[in-house]
Amino acid sequence: MITVFAVFLLSLLVITSIAIVRAQNLFVAVMLMAIFSLLMAANFFILDAADVALTEAAIGAGVTTVIFLGALSLTAENEKKVELSRGLAICVVAATALVLIYATFDKPKLGDPEAPVHQHVAPWYLSETPNLVGIPNVVTAVLGSFRAYDTLGEVFVVFIACIGVLFLLSARNESDQQSRRSSPDSIGLRHHLIPKVVGRLLFPFILLFGLYVQFHGEYGPGGGFQAGAIIATGIILFALLEGEKRALAAVPHSVLMGMVAGGAMMYTLVGVTSMAMGGNFLDYSVFSSDPVFGQQLGIILIEAGVGITVCGALLTIFHAFAARENY
Amino acid sequence: MNPSDHLAALQVVVLFLAAPIIVLLQARRLAWAATTLTSLLTFAIAIALTLGVLNGQDYQYFMGSWPAPFGIELRVDGFSAVLLLAITGASSAALLAGYHSLDQQIEAKRQPLFFAAWILALAGLAGIVISADAFNIFVFMEISSLASYVLVAGGPDKRALPAVFKYLIFGTIGATFYLIGVGLIYMMTGTLNLADMEVRIHDVADQSPVLVAAGFITVGLALKAALFPLHIWLPNSYTFAPHVVTVFLAACATKVSLYVLLRFDFFVFQQNLTGHELQFTFFFMPLAVFAILIASAVALFEKDLKRMLAWSSVAQIGYIVLGASIVSLAGLTASVLHVFNHAIAKGSLFLAVACLAMSFRGLRLNDIAGCAKAMPWTMGALVLAGLSLIGVPGTAGFISKWYLISAVLELGGGIAIFLTAVIVIGSLMAVVYIWRIVEHAYFRPAETEIVAREAPLGILSITWVVALANLYFGINPELPVTLSELAADALMGHIK
Amino acid sequence: MELLGYYNYWVFAILLMVGFYAVIVRNNLIKKLLGLAIFQSAVFLMYITMDKVEGGTAPIIQEGVADQIYSNPLPQVLILTAIVVGVSTTALGLAIIVRIKEAYGSIEEDDIIAKDRES
Repeated sequence: MITVFAVFLLSLLVITSIAIVRAQNLFVAVMLMAIFSLLMAANFFILDAADVALTEAAIGAGVTTVIFLGALSLTAENEKKVELSRGLAICVVAATALVLIYATFDKPKLGDPEAPVHQHVAPWYLSETPNLVGIPNVVTAVLGSFRAYDTLGEVFVVFIACIGVLFLLSARNESDQQSRRSSPDSIGLRHHLIPKVVGRLLFPFILLFGLYVQFHGEYGPGGGFQAGAIIATGIILFALLEGEKRALAAVPHSVLMGMVAGGAMMYTLVGVTSMAMGGNFLDYSVFSSDPVFGQQLGIILIEAGVGITVCGALLTIFHAFAARENY
Repeated sequence: MNPSDHLAALQVVVLFLAAPIIVLLQARRLAWAATTLTSLLTFAIAIALTLGVLNGQDYQYFMGSWPAPFGIELRVDGFSAVLLLAITGASSAALLAGYHSLDQQIEAKRQPLFFAAWILALAGLAGIVISADAFNIFVFMEISSLASYVLVAGGPDKRALPAVFKYLIFGTIGATFYLIGVGLIYMMTGTLNLADMEVRIHDVADQSPVLVAAGFITVGLALKAALFPLHIWLPNSYTFAPHVVTVFLAACATKVSLYVLLRFDFFVFQQNLTGHELQFTFFFMPLAVFAILIASAVALFEKDLKRMLAWSSVAQIGYIVLGASIVSLAGLTASVLHVFNHAIAKGSLFLAVACLAMSFRGLRLNDIAGCAKAMPWTMGALVLAGLSLIGVPGTAGFISKWYLISAVLELGGGIAIFLTAVIVIGSLMAVVYIWRIVEHAYFRPAETEIVAREAPLGILSITWVVALANLYFGINPELPVTLSELAADALMGHIK
Repeated sequence: MELLGYYNYWVFAILLMVGFYAVIVRNNLIKKLLGLAIFQSAVFLMYITMDKVEGGTAPIIQEGVADQIYSNPLPQVLILTAIVVGVSTTALGLAIIVRIKEAYGSIEEDDIIAKDRES
């Protein structure tokens, strides 16, 4: 049963991807991309990757679509139709695909518990996490403690994306000074009744859910990245309904920059504190006399840092695109 | 807490601490000062690590105190030390010199963001070099790449934008190919730690996924290293970036990808894939030869200073790969040595160009005609750096070319003669394009009324310091040669 | 299960090439970026396919249930990171495209090259 469902999902993925490439209207292409991400998330869920499914849905389908639409509104609606000689490209691409497919025939069977990928490191994580870290969600344990250095790097990837977008979109606009496309007091979708009512109803629940995901990440799927994305999308929903100005009044730029910098700083400082207390960088066991408690404390703190930075960064990126329109 | 115990980690942690602070600073002078100080601090840490390595200390650091392969391991050895010196040194020199140049090219209110991006580029590059975990390398590779895109797009020239978009596309494809390769290896071995992979890959019964993985990793890293023919993103990106950014990136950015390539290849693949040494040679040697000849030839005809030097960089990467493709102690020593020496030579060349840019609006050869009268010191440094690039005896460039030719001659037979000829022709072409610059600057009359003055003391002094380093390491090459030999030993030692 | 395993990898290969094709052939910069996103998503699929263990469930340890088989947590961690890296790259790419549109008036690559040649 699951097999049929999975095969169906995978085939839909391929069809959607081809549709994205062929769609001439960019708005259609972006919407199809959102569908692609959701299908991918469903697939991840079938493959037992709950955390990843949540992240792909929140970030891939949610935030990426918003940013694409923001950029689309500032650029073009349609792709120019060009007749290109694509023969060579198709040949190269098909050849590479065939090479890849050939390589798959030697790969270990899907789901085979004796495959090398399931030996060595993975069973150690599964068996030792309850003893060393004491939390049920092994993915969070690996992300937050065993491979916390990678996660620190990831936080800074979000950080640099935020800085980069801010840097690029705060440059003086050299093109012709057009009259502002929408008045600075644009009020979003306030005059559309259904979005307004439903949005207002949903907004507090979205925030609550985001907080739940943040703090429950150790016991179930969740964690800082997903939570940050969910809370950010909630506030973006608010901005879409009530207008950007009111959203900025609620959470101004200075607070956002503070969040972005503060979260990253918090994470790094947790690591430095552990160095100062005698352990290596990001060794949480030294935080308290009970190393397991120390690990849990460390994970909560860094996940909080991650959530704050991701939320601030995504909101900053959104506002940067939205504000460029009025530049 | 004893800082010297944590030196390896501090190399990156210091930068991670600085970046959020710098982004919050409003005053651009303060942002520049903070960035430069942080960069100098990392340079000091790199020197400390190098001294430790020269004393025989083996730096091994476990993040979170989790043993490898369950946690992430950091490792610093001779090869890492060379690159750390090049990265942090180039960054510090560029920052110290670049205050006015950056001020000219970037709006004041955006500067703190720019400097935060610089710090993160530095963190990314340094993080790659000290890491011993394949996925960790990917994360830091992306940090450095994203930060570099921001840096390159920072200048006022609008042509930087399509250039950086192309850089983004190519860079992301390269990183994704690398990720596929790492995934395939993980699938076959179950580990991400490089040293562990080396051991476990022995037991892998089936070689074809490993071969495919090697292919993906090689192509991905070659894309990022701008190895011919995957170099097309480089000339435009280097040309249109802010001048000081070009100094930083040209000196070290692509070499880091070559570092990862060599590490992966020699540590993990060489002894485990039968006949891989030959594959390596057959694949890379021709590409290196093409890079040297074709890129130098294109540089001959270029009219824009920065673009000419960018093509020259592509050729120099060819030299580095040529040395590595010989798969011998001598070849690898020459290769790593050239990483170091090219960083100094190209760094000083681009610094001199940045000096010129302070007085001239355009940087085409015609624009700088006759400038030697007005800017004698700048041109002097440029000539000195150019001599090192060519490989004139007495300069650092000569030492690495000498080692390279010795390594090539070891091969013996027709191939040795052919490769020596290639190296000599490449150097002759370098003579020609450096001479074109010299000719325009010294011997052509000024086309327009030159109102140029000599470059400001700040940037000029740093340019001269780096240019003189060429001379110093040409006469006393003990430090880079020792480090290179250590590196070559480590790499070759894994082929047994 | 075996067919499903192979099918997963084939879909990965196809998606990879569809994305790659879009990046190199399409002129429109936003299409290129969409192709890049598909390209990266294909890699995620490959990693997560690896992590499935037959009869397993998500690696969240359930108290008091003995002998439960769990799927591999490590690829999930890696892909979590990779997704975030992917969205960061997309955001930066879109900001560059917006600036290109303002500077060149078009986001089709051949228009941009033509304009550069004129100047």
